[in-house]
Amino acid sequence: MIPDTRQDMGVSDLLRFERVSKTFGRLKVLSEVNLAVRKGEVVCIIGPSGAGKSTLLRCVNYLETIDSGTIFFEGKPVYRYYVGDQVVIDSERRVEAIRTQIGMVFQSFNLFPHMTAIGNVIEAPIHVLREPVQRVRERAIALLEKVGLAEKADAFPHQLSGGQQQRVAIARALAMNPRLMLFDEATSALDPELVGEVLRVMRQLATEGMTMLVVTHEMAFARDVADRVVFMADGTVVEEATPEVIFSSPRNPRTQQFLQTILERNGRG
Amino acid sequence: MFSLGDMLSFLPKLLHGAGVTITVSIVSYVLAAVVGLVFGVARMTRFWPARAVATAYIQLIRGTPLLLQLFFIYYVLPYGGVVLSPLVAGVLGLTINYGAYMAEVFRSGIQAIPREQWEAARSLGMSRRLLMRRVVLPQAIRIVIPALGNFFISIFKDSALVSVISMRDLMFTGELLASATFKYFEIFTLVAIIYFVISYPVAKLVDYVERKFDISRGRMELVRT
Repeated sequence: MIPDTRQDMGVSDLLRFERVSKTFGRLKVLSEVNLAVRKGEVVCIIGPSGAGKSTLLRCVNYLETIDSGTIFFEGKPVYRYYVGDQVVIDSERRVEAIRTQIGMVFQSFNLFPHMTAIGNVIEAPIHVLREPVQRVRERAIALLEKVGLAEKADAFPHQLSGGQQQRVAIARALAMNPRLMLFDEATSALDPELVGEVLRVMRQLATEGMTMLVVTHEMAFARDVADRVVFMADGTVVEEATPEVIFSSPRNPRTQQFLQTILERNGRG
Repeated sequence: MFSLGDMLSFLPKLLHGAGVTITVSIVSYVLAAVVGLVFGVARMTRFWPARAVATAYIQLIRGTPLLLQLFFIYYVLPYGGVVLSPLVAGVLGLTINYGAYMAEVFRSGIQAIPREQWEAARSLGMSRRLLMRRVVLPQAIRIVIPALGNFFISIFKDSALVSVISMRDLMFTGELLASATFKYFEIFTLVAIIYFVISYPVAKLVDYVERKFDISRGRMELVRT
């Protein structure tokens, strides 16, 4: 059973959006979004392209700024918020400290091409967290093993397939021991036969209790793994429920219509 | 009358001048690369005074002839109490001039690094300084190496201009010998041969480096899609 987030006043929320809005020029990409992610929870965001899913995700680690509303991380307002009627903008140092606790996996992997797989994984723990090299290396090897790429530790990104690159990218994010993992369409750029190996790693992470916020088009993944599924359209959260409810008896007509389209397409494919 | 013996008798002095030319070129080139890197990065910072200074420097240097810049350093600076030897003035002039052009090359190299690389680095909690040093510059430098190689050939040839402020380089030595002996043909032919014999292998080397890095750049592109 998933407890109602509104009941416990957000105490155990790891991440919370309160009336978050953002515009690009005249286009309102996020409109009064409210959303909470509890510790240990896997939340999948689905919806048509242009719904603001990725933008919402990118706001979590301040790759995008918001125009109004507040983002809370571990119960504290972050990045840009009001204290009384005074606006507070976090220092770069605090923003960076928060980012170290939030792992992000991108659609296009974004590995550092001039570093080996293990070089990518150890880079930030050594240079950002300033951990001892030996300990980081051991952890990196364990992580590469976990994503099934121990033998590729010394390969450069261009020598790896897309699926392998994405798994290295996941290991890179995990090396920071994040409290929250963000996945921004992590499998959308992959050839179909490589999607499975990445989803397997993500499933495993979920079973280990990692808190995850996942923007995805993989409906099977959302149905099987998510504790909660959020349907977004036109910059708003249209519907939010357990996967059972979303996928079998969605209440909102827009959710119904979206899922209909997806299912039809998959049926034909 | 043309005489091979004469030509050979000029050779030791000319080779000494060539040594000066090579030294000045290498020293100026290395210093200009450092200046270029610093100002190229300065052009990309969020700190606007640094950006303004870098932009002004680059525009000023690119908008005036190298010859004039050398005259300023050698003949005008003394009015402000700064008297430099021809060697120092020459190296300084070449450094300042080439530094400005190299800064633009470094800037374009930095700009060629896709936004996604910055985002990946930032998402790992890297500061701007750290991501510049560890992620952006190592990639940018690989991209600009072929362009920087061509600058060496240019600086080697442009260093002949420092002869006008009486630095005893290959060109100056040639002029000196020629005006004393009137053997213009022999001497300037010899000077040309020496310049070519040195710059041709360097040009070949640059071509090779360019091909090599073009391939690895292609690989880097492959990863990014």
